[in-house]
Amino acid sequence: MGINRRDFLKTAGVAGITLLALDSFGIEKSKNSDVEFYGILYDSTRCAGCQTCETLCAEKNGLPAPVGELKAGNIRKTDENHRTVLNCYKTSKGELFIKTQCMHCNEPACAAACLTQAMCKTKEGPVTWNGDKCMGCRYCMVSCPFDVPKFEYHSANPKIQKCTMCYEKIIKGGIPVCAENCPAEAIKFGTRRELIAEARKRIAEGKDTYIDEIYGEHTAGGTGFMYLSSVPFNELGLNTKLQNESYPELSKGFLFSVPSVFVLLPPLLLGIYEATKKNKNIKNEENE
Amino acid sequence: MNNSDISLSNENKSKSTFKFILSELKPKGKFFTTFNIISIPVILLGIVLIVIRFINGIGAVTNLTQEVPWGLWIGFDVVTGVAFAGGAYVLTFMVYILNMQKYHSIVRVTVLNGFLAYVFYAGALLLDLGRPWNVVNPIIGNSFGTSSVLFLVAWHFLLYMIAQLIEFSPAIAEWLGAKRARKILSGMTIAAVIFGITLSTLHQSGLGALYLMAKDKIHPLWYSEFIPILFFVSSIFAGLSMVIFEGSISHKVFFKQISEKNHWAQKGIILGLAKICAGAMFAYFFLQLLVFIHGKRWDLLDTPMGYWFLMEMLGFVLLPMLLFVFGYKKNSIFTVKFAAILTMLGIILNRLNVTVIGFRWDAAVSYVPSWMEIVVTFTVIFTEIWIFRWVINRMPVLKDSPEWVKEEK
Ligand code: SF4
Ligand code: SF4
Repeated sequence: MGINRRDFLKTAGVAGITLLALDSFGIEKSKNSDVEFYGILYDSTRCAGCQTCETLCAEKNGLPAPVGELKAGNIRKTDENHRTVLNCYKTSKGELFIKTQCMHCNEPACAAACLTQAMCKTKEGPVTWNGDKCMGCRYCMVSCPFDVPKFEYHSANPKIQKCTMCYEKIIKGGIPVCAENCPAEAIKFGTRRELIAEARKRIAEGKDTYIDEIYGEHTAGGTGFMYLSSVPFNELGLNTKLQNESYPELSKGFLFSVPSVFVLLPPLLLGIYEATKKNKNIKNEENE
Repeated sequence: MNNSDISLSNENKSKSTFKFILSELKPKGKFFTTFNIISIPVILLGIVLIVIRFINGIGAVTNLTQEVPWGLWIGFDVVTGVAFAGGAYVLTFMVYILNMQKYHSIVRVTVLNGFLAYVFYAGALLLDLGRPWNVVNPIIGNSFGTSSVLFLVAWHFLLYMIAQLIEFSPAIAEWLGAKRARKILSGMTIAAVIFGITLSTLHQSGLGALYLMAKDKIHPLWYSEFIPILFFVSSIFAGLSMVIFEGSISHKVFFKQISEKNHWAQKGIILGLAKICAGAMFAYFFLQLLVFIHGKRWDLLDTPMGYWFLMEMLGFVLLPMLLFVFGYKKNSIFTVKFAAILTMLGIILNRLNVTVIGFRWDAAVSYVPSWMEIVVTFTVIFTEIWIFRWVINRMPVLKDSPEWVKEEK
């Protein structure tokens, strides 16, 4: 009897674990490459650090004006009041500027994390947030590899703040305020395909200026916001250690194993239950 | 109060049930116990803090930051609390599925504990939600984020609570003297148990899977694609250690309620659980070792976080495992209880290491919970114990079922 039980335990455990393991191999890759997403190409070699984008973004979204001095050594961060910030870095090619905001990933971790679909990858490309759906769990913040979504901790009706690529303007045929008004033409709006072609062209024509890489072409499964630079991207404070697979891929194996556990475990349990019940009856009869 | 005294005639049943419940609402026993003296002020303070939190926002009482959006309330209350509540699914598996009758006398109290733990610890999630009025969105309506692990976990919490309520409901029926209802409800037990175990398997591992996308934020010694499996296996001995620990406390506090026969069985139960804990911990330790070797993490060991990791693995997994084996071999209840406490500390350590301590361990400003977060956490725990005590004193959980239950069989 004792051995029987232990065997059951073992089989059950092994079955469960193999299931989980097997399933994580069967992940199908869903690729979004055939969809025409809009995106933005930011060229750090052109940016002059005028902060027009910061100021206009704040104005347009009804947020406070930019704070903190823009100078090398003083790293500013986006927060619940500032959806985009510029920073200045001392690099191997002198002081350079860089803009940060939501990357509008092709397969966003935030949207995969969101249990209410409040965070959502629109078919146009921008990743947007919907306050009527959001329950403020902040799982999107936990999951975003770029730490983009920000939460209004000091509000009784808190919102998630992040760049939306001016979605309302885009669907009316407009372009984001930052891209529209950048005096240095460092921010270019367009479809992702066009932007990558444009970036390649700039790299090819300016071999001495650019490094041969587009940040965001593959990072985190590809992003809508992409960067060009004259120095390696980590010198500009971008995280170059991120994986090239999309982040939702990381939890797909687990999610795919759920249905099989639901189909296989209950009958298994029922079978063990019937078997042990029979055993008990036999034992009872023997005792009598 | 003896439940077998209650026989209700059908016509005034509902009225007297109501009166009966009213009379049962009054507290029983001494009021000025140490527990009451400590817990009442904490609970009152906690309620004030919760009110402040809803007026001024989460930031008014917590130290959460933009980089660390989940702190103590999720990492301890929810993630750790649910691991400890795992005893319910393990025990129902042993008693109902494997038919290990030896453990039958503790199954009810464990299920009650599990149920309350889910209600309160998962309930603590509500405090942490910035926009709790939208909490129904993933349950009803058209906002199903089916690609979200949290969506899965939320649903499982809800369904599992219902399953546990069904598993426990015969005790409520016995308390109310509702014979017919008891019969129907206990007929549903096996289905609820099977459903409950399946749900538990998935959401115990699901709690780990929540952190899969935070790959770059969790210290590599605690992050691996196997977090779900590690969380699942460790929930087995986390839950059982809790059963041992909680059992030895209720055994003292509610001494009078436990029948002679069950008093004697207690020792055998504890030793049996110790054996199972040791087995599960061996599997867990082995898995951790595999993950460690597979991830080629040797060079991380010689860092402060590495020592911390070694302490968790050796001091709070390997050591209690050996103590469980020792206690079992030597028939030493004391050793087993000590091992159970060590194991529980180890689980707290592990869950906090994944969710709080190792999460953004490299951030410039690290997150340390505020005293207010800690008070609210204790408020949640104490309130749960109050309700637990209220139920134990009234329903046949530790004490034997009323006579009419046996007659019916
Ligand atoms: S950068 Fe973060 S917030 Fe923006 S789309 Fe990607 S995952 Fe979402
Ligand atoms: S905080 Fe809101 S947007 Fe973010 S995951 Fe939760 S429900 Fe979705």
